[in-house]
Amino acid sequence: MEKTVNQKAWFLVLPVLVLVAFSAVIPLMTVVNYSVQDTFGNNQFFWAGLEWFSEMLHSERMWNALTRQLMFSAIILAIEVPLGIFVALNMPKRGFWASVCLVLMALPLLIPWNVVGTIWQIFGRVDIGLLGYTLEQLGIPYNYTQDIFAAWATVVVMDVWHWTSLVALLAYAGLQSIPDAYYQAAKIDQASRWSVFRYIELPKMQGVLMIAILLRFMDSFMIYTEPFVVTGGGPGNATTFLSIDLVKMALGQFDLGPAAAFSIMYFLVILLICWVFYTVMTNLDKRGVVQ
Amino acid sequence: MSDAVMTRAPARSLPRIKGSAVVMTAYIVFLLLPIYWLLNMSLKTNQEILSTFSLWPQEFTLANYLTILTDSSWYMGYVNSLIYVVINTVISITVALPAAYAFSRYSFMGDKHLFFWLLTNRMAPPAVFALPFFQLYSSVGLFDTHIAVALAHCLFNVPLAVWILEGFMRGVPKEIDETAYIDGYSFGRFFTRIFMPLIASGIGVTAFFCFMFSWVELLLSRTLTSVNAKPIAATMTRTVSASGMDWGVLAAAGILTIVPGALVIYFVRNYIAKGFALGRV
Repeated sequence: MEKTVNQKAWFLVLPVLVLVAFSAVIPLMTVVNYSVQDTFGNNQFFWAGLEWFSEMLHSERMWNALTRQLMFSAIILAIEVPLGIFVALNMPKRGFWASVCLVLMALPLLIPWNVVGTIWQIFGRVDIGLLGYTLEQLGIPYNYTQDIFAAWATVVVMDVWHWTSLVALLAYAGLQSIPDAYYQAAKIDQASRWSVFRYIELPKMQGVLMIAILLRFMDSFMIYTEPFVVTGGGPGNATTFLSIDLVKMALGQFDLGPAAAFSIMYFLVILLICWVFYTVMTNLDKRGVVQ
Repeated sequence: MSDAVMTRAPARSLPRIKGSAVVMTAYIVFLLLPIYWLLNMSLKTNQEILSTFSLWPQEFTLANYLTILTDSSWYMGYVNSLIYVVINTVISITVALPAAYAFSRYSFMGDKHLFFWLLTNRMAPPAVFALPFFQLYSSVGLFDTHIAVALAHCLFNVPLAVWILEGFMRGVPKEIDETAYIDGYSFGRFFTRIFMPLIASGIGVTAFFCFMFSWVELLLSRTLTSVNAKPIAATMTRTVSASGMDWGVLAAAGILTIVPGALVIYFVRNYIAKGFALGRV
């Protein structure tokens, strides 16, 4: 759609601007403020320049947390996106069962995140949890508080359980928008199931899949509550992701300077990756893939 | 038990029936099993939970739910959560509507940068903002009020609302605006009388998302409250550690937090898919 140039549109955006400035810019400036100062208590602050930044850049702790975080995001994207598409392809197209599937699939998305953590914490316990108990009975050693692999598996399965539906619902919305004529044409050409998927469904889902990947990446990158409730970041530091580490540093140890520097770098990493996604998405928009 | 699940899924869909039904059944069983387990636990006594392992409650009891519904320190958690979630939804939609209209209809200086900047706030990790928020709201005397949590949640809900609404508004042909202006409608009247009814489903979907993300968030709402506005999620974490793992009550509280979400989903079920695509399908 052609847009009219109208500078007065700024007035319509103003309320959002004021609100977001209050709830985002002021706190962010506080963080910046802390990141360049040092304190010895009593509210006395000293200029520290970029000291905290260089300290954090050389801190093994942060690099480890970042590596774990990237690994986690990569794993869950690699599982959730294909699985979500697969589920969407198998969903009933319309009618009663389509509604039932939609409602049941959306259910995990609306459970408070700490309850999600609690559910899986209980579910995985060897003494009272269905999953833990079953695995134990089958003779598979499983203990997510002690074993690093089990902890990771629990956190990953939990995230798959929690968020795959989001990808599936998005892909489903994309599939719904494909006109029947496309499928009929494919039938006449005797296209195989695979080529229907590859040349009709996948290109049509491209736009919504970008949104799915963007949302999943953002949310997995700032995941905090669920793994914190289940494993508390352990065993050791095995599941201490960036947010968990940050909260430990800022609210637990009250190391304001390093925590603030950490925050800013954390934010910049997210910003950079999202900028790439956003650029790709707007380019898709322009080519008319997403209407 | 997992064996039973595996055999039950294909058994229900006898030959003839498509493979897709099997896939969907298996997936939904996977989704519902942990929730069922929580429900199962909430209907047992603590003693039964710890002593016997059973797939359904042997001594059926509603005592856990009674504990929550009769103790104000428990049920006020739900009330508090609902209050700030509703305030947040109203604020987010009110400010996002004109902004989304501006983004979808006009181009103005710096619009693209502004839009991306708004989006970055959706990406901002709450962990980064927890401490500054605490200090900001303490200094203006809003600490431990519902409005503080509602405003804090605007950080990620307002950008999301603008994003979704913009997608829906783009689908409304511009000719409608022009015709209305020619017919002598003022902007305000056009917007509330003609435009908003046209995107009513979009507004509904946006409200759903604001509700959802505000309802599920814990880190900020816990940091910004202590007593008067304490959300249910925080009530759960604290009471549990204090009373030495009261599993039955914990499970019942968890089940009760799922109920509002389930109700909301039921009402917007026909728009969920489109809403998740942010109106861009």
